[in-house]
Amino acid sequence: MNVVTPKRVAYLDLMREIEDFFYMEADLLDERNYDAWLDLLTDNILYWMPMRKNVSFDDRDKETTAEDDIAWFHDDKETLTKRVRQIQTGVHWADEPISRVSHLITNIRLSKPITALDEGKKLTTNCRFIVYRNRLETETDLLVGRREDTLTRVNGKLMLDRRKILLDQSVLMAKNLTMFL
Amino acid sequence: MKSTDFSACDLVKTAEGEISREIFVNENIYEEEKAQVFARSWLYVGHESQIKKPGDFFVSKMGEESVILTRDQKGEVHVFLNSCTHRGMKVCRYDEGNTRTFTCPYHAWSFATDGQLVGVQDYENAYQPPFEKSEWGLIEVAQIGQYMGTIWATWDKDAPSFEDYLGDAKFAFDLGLCGWDGSDSGTELLGSVQKWIVPCNWKFIAENFAGDALHVVSHRSVDLARLGPSGKEGRRDDYGKLVLTAYPQGHGVFFGVVPLEQTRTEYAESKITSDYFQHCWNQRLKNLGENAGTCPVVGTIFPNMSFHAQQPRTLLVSHPRSANETEMWRVYFVDKEAPDEVKKFLREYYIRYAGPAGMTEQDDMENWNYATAASKGTIARRKPYHYKAGLGVGGKHKTVPGIVTEHPVTSEQNPRAFYQRWAEYMDLGSWSELIDAQKIRGGAPI
Repeated sequence: MNVVTPKRVAYLDLMREIEDFFYMEADLLDERNYDAWLDLLTDNILYWMPMRKNVSFDDRDKETTAEDDIAWFHDDKETLTKRVRQIQTGVHWADEPISRVSHLITNIRLSKPITALDEGKKLTTNCRFIVYRNRLETETDLLVGRREDTLTRVNGKLMLDRRKILLDQSVLMAKNLTMFL
Repeated sequence: MKSTDFSACDLVKTAEGEISREIFVNENIYEEEKAQVFARSWLYVGHESQIKKPGDFFVSKMGEESVILTRDQKGEVHVFLNSCTHRGMKVCRYDEGNTRTFTCPYHAWSFATDGQLVGVQDYENAYQPPFEKSEWGLIEVAQIGQYMGTIWATWDKDAPSFEDYLGDAKFAFDLGLCGWDGSDSGTELLGSVQKWIVPCNWKFIAENFAGDALHVVSHRSVDLARLGPSGKEGRRDDYGKLVLTAYPQGHGVFFGVVPLEQTRTEYAESKITSDYFQHCWNQRLKNLGENAGTCPVVGTIFPNMSFHAQQPRTLLVSHPRSANETEMWRVYFVDKEAPDEVKKFLREYYIRYAGPAGMTEQDDMENWNYATAASKGTIARRKPYHYKAGLGVGGKHKTVPGIVTEHPVTSEQNPRAFYQRWAEYMDLGSWSELIDAQKIRGGAPI
């Protein structure tokens, strides 16, 4: 069992701050508070969702498409903002009437056991997501996978600087990806 | 060949512009479609850039069935049914790769990349007298066609050559699948295939891309969100004057025609892309002469291959899974010679436009999904769909071949030509009858 040292307390405090950040982000998305969500993203954000392939064990390094390949998403902040504006037009029929979405974020881990994230520094985190979407009457999708998120601190607050999303599907079983993951 | 006793021509009344909902929702019709349409027509299976080297393979689909596109050790291209001739197991369950043999996981029969059966477990002991291995190779398509980098196949030995099947729609490939500069220096796939499942009948997708200008109103949200590559309202740059062309083979294309003297200002958001496009436009004027300003915007090659040749540049196959479910496979393409920064800019534009995260395609899929769902009911099926826009007004164009309508550009002639041909496939038993039917209609307006 770990002794409760000041270093350990600092680590746990940072961990709680990061968990809170992801849970708050999930709430903003699920409450459709997209403008506030955009404010969590740095201007340099890369929002990237590669595709997955069925490959042999020997080719396992090709199981996920590379960054210069076609992806599900490869967005900068401008494109993410356009996606939000599209939903906000009220005539984006794929998400109008609005869908019901719940983001469950779990298995959060830090890439290194640091005790503080200083202004301007970056930290990579890993987590799993379950995103449930139900729309109209019975249309339901369940998207499960992992995320690799890079966080940074700007003016004392955490912000998202990079997101890599790995969905555990090769053929996408949802007809579209109107939701943010 | 036919097993049910309906007449497709009674369901598809192109002269009146009315088409029964049954053809979109009826499972018996769908079963018939698999044999009458998908087992007889030419189907897109892949692209040369997916099988560059001997031993390369790419697992594709023809209708519902899995097929392997491969280049054998001698460099020949083959397409095989992905099913072991012994007990039917899929012999290849990887999406792509390079191999010398496909070995079945079930009983270890193995097949060379030219389809020959080369390995049978306990061959010497278990089979007395020995069976002829050459009769038990992988099941191979009857014909393969290659054009401008695209690879096609048909199960029907009586089908005409691929170029005859394309007919005058070849003009669209010549102007659309070439490099931006109009040379045959060529295009290549921009990477991997997007595959996703949409709960709709496959024909909604085919007719949408064959030429349906009436549906663009559906994309208001993406126009307002300024999706296009020049930072203006809209999802594309100007593609010129629309020319709608239908072909008696069932294909349909929307061309954009830009005057040769027009200053091109496309891709204003990316200087390097804009400069490259300008450079190519100047070369295109030299290479293609009076046709330089003509480029397909969108089209469908009967039955289920669709393409965009301008913004974005992409090929789509709508593989049916059932009457009300379709698996969409989309690839994107660019000039081989384009600078990497241009490829990057285009890649990001293309996938925010099309595919399941594509802000334009998302709204199309919603329409196809719920049009299929709301047409299944007993009452719904009693009322045909309305395809009367621009009925019978098509004519000729001085440079673009095919049955052409320019006014009104909202004409539904291309869906009508598509369904007319679909009905002929469903009703006619042989390719000679299909060719006769096509000749009788010829270039007549529809």
